[in-house]
Amino acid sequence: MSAPDPVAVLGAGMHPWGKWGRPFHEYGVDAALAALDDAGVDWADVQFVAGGETVRNGYPGYVAASTLTQALGWNGARVASCYAACASGATAIEAARTRILAGLCDVALVVGADTTPKGFLAPVAGERWDDPDWLRFRLLGATNPTYFALYARRRMDLYGATEADFAKVKVKNARHGLHNPYARYRKEVTEEEVLASPMVADPLRLLEICATSDGAAAVVLTSMDYAKAKGVAAPVRIRAVSTVTPRFPNTVIEMPSFATDSAAAAAPPELTFRDSIAAAAYEEAGIGPDELSLAEVYDLSTALELDWYENIGLCKEGEAEKLLNDGDTTLGGRIPVNPSGGLACFGEAVPAQAIAQVCELTWQLRGQAEGRQVEGATAGITVNQGLFGHGSSVLLTT
Amino acid sequence: MTANAVPAIEGWFTTGDEPRLLGSRCTACGTVSFPKASGLCRNPGCRGRDLVDHELARTGTVWSYTDAQYQPPPPYIPATDPFEPFALAAVELAEDRIVVLGQVAAGVGVEDLRVGMPVELVLEPQHEVDGVPQLIYRWRPTGEVAS
Repeated sequence: MSAPDPVAVLGAGMHPWGKWGRPFHEYGVDAALAALDDAGVDWADVQFVAGGETVRNGYPGYVAASTLTQALGWNGARVASCYAACASGATAIEAARTRILAGLCDVALVVGADTTPKGFLAPVAGERWDDPDWLRFRLLGATNPTYFALYARRRMDLYGATEADFAKVKVKNARHGLHNPYARYRKEVTEEEVLASPMVADPLRLLEICATSDGAAAVVLTSMDYAKAKGVAAPVRIRAVSTVTPRFPNTVIEMPSFATDSAAAAAPPELTFRDSIAAAAYEEAGIGPDELSLAEVYDLSTALELDWYENIGLCKEGEAEKLLNDGDTTLGGRIPVNPSGGLACFGEAVPAQAIAQVCELTWQLRGQAEGRQVEGATAGITVNQGLFGHGSSVLLTT
Repeated sequence: MTANAVPAIEGWFTTGDEPRLLGSRCTACGTVSFPKASGLCRNPGCRGRDLVDHELARTGTVWSYTDAQYQPPPPYIPATDPFEPFALAAVELAEDRIVVLGQVAAGVGVEDLRVGMPVELVLEPQHEVDGVPQLIYRWRPTGEVAS
């Protein structure tokens, strides 16, 4: 299979992350209009709307694409609402991209928006004894940070990672996000402050676990011909999207599961699920990790960012702490990671987050990421993983 | 174990002095699942549908561990007021080649645990429903030295 044609990211827009307490579609409209204006595209010309679903906002959230289309003013566009938990945005991007590549449309709007409650993300209400996500809270009191902490502790016991290493990820990301106008937290923190924050799920502390936020992000995707006709000769291009699922047996325990698959009858795959997510994007694009200028990875926790360094091939297993401590992943380093400030500065707005990662790469690749620009950026990757086996990775180039 | 205690969920573990987790096993390929799977075997290379009850190994080694310092949100039902932190561990059962997440036995904290440490399955009361203690499976270090 040869590399697919690129699609153009003609516009990117976001609504600032925070706790604004407004209906999610209001943020979505603001992000969509910002992306349309950035692209110079009229809403009336959008032929397809892909929306990242949110399960927290009732029916309007389940049918996010039509809710947002209605909120922008019905224009007859075809729609698809996509749910893949944290990976919803990538699934929506893939729906739009493949429709463009199939020649079924020229202009698509991808948008995700969320309004979140305070505190731990909890399952929707009601007794559901056949729902693993409900059961893990009921029977085990296993929250999302439980799983993040299992991975963190494993880094400590297996590779000698320290709490100070994890804290340094937060310090780095807080510095990166200082000048990002869309970030919710724009304040430097010190290693001491991180290590003095309350323990939530040992070894992870409050300042090391991402918050939940309100926010919205949108991109306008078009065919390369459409971009050219608009006078944009060299748009930022999506070269690959990975929405892979795990291969059996998945031997790493993952949220919200009680157990891994069993490897009793079949040998584990060569790549773990997390390793396979970016690998599929690299393969599709024919571009490897050595060619990247930067990466936006899903730092649900400080320690998880270190896992991702290895999962996306920036270094070998067990070497992420060295990469961090050498300054390679800091702005100005060899391969800056999360120049946006990452989830550490945003908090998670689930259906918007994977799209926000793509917005950041778009601005970086255009040289418009003021105050956090990776100089001369030519290629970047986003990576993320959604509950229930959803991979998410988008590879973009100039 | 409290006399009138009942399992917090039916069919997930056996009771008695040597409790075991109850999963399923495919009679065609031997793939084990916990909790029990139904329908088609999860192994993509197998078309088996005869999934029988399977008692998982009682002992295993710690894959990783953590704790809950804040009270989890509902539907978790706290056992005490005020909330008391508890530890959790993901445990690898060698024979079944599966890692199972559970709480750790009362009184055992993260400082007592290590990756690779041997543990065994026990049942302990968690919370009460209408005055009846609800039993849940937990992992308890066996006291052997981790290899």
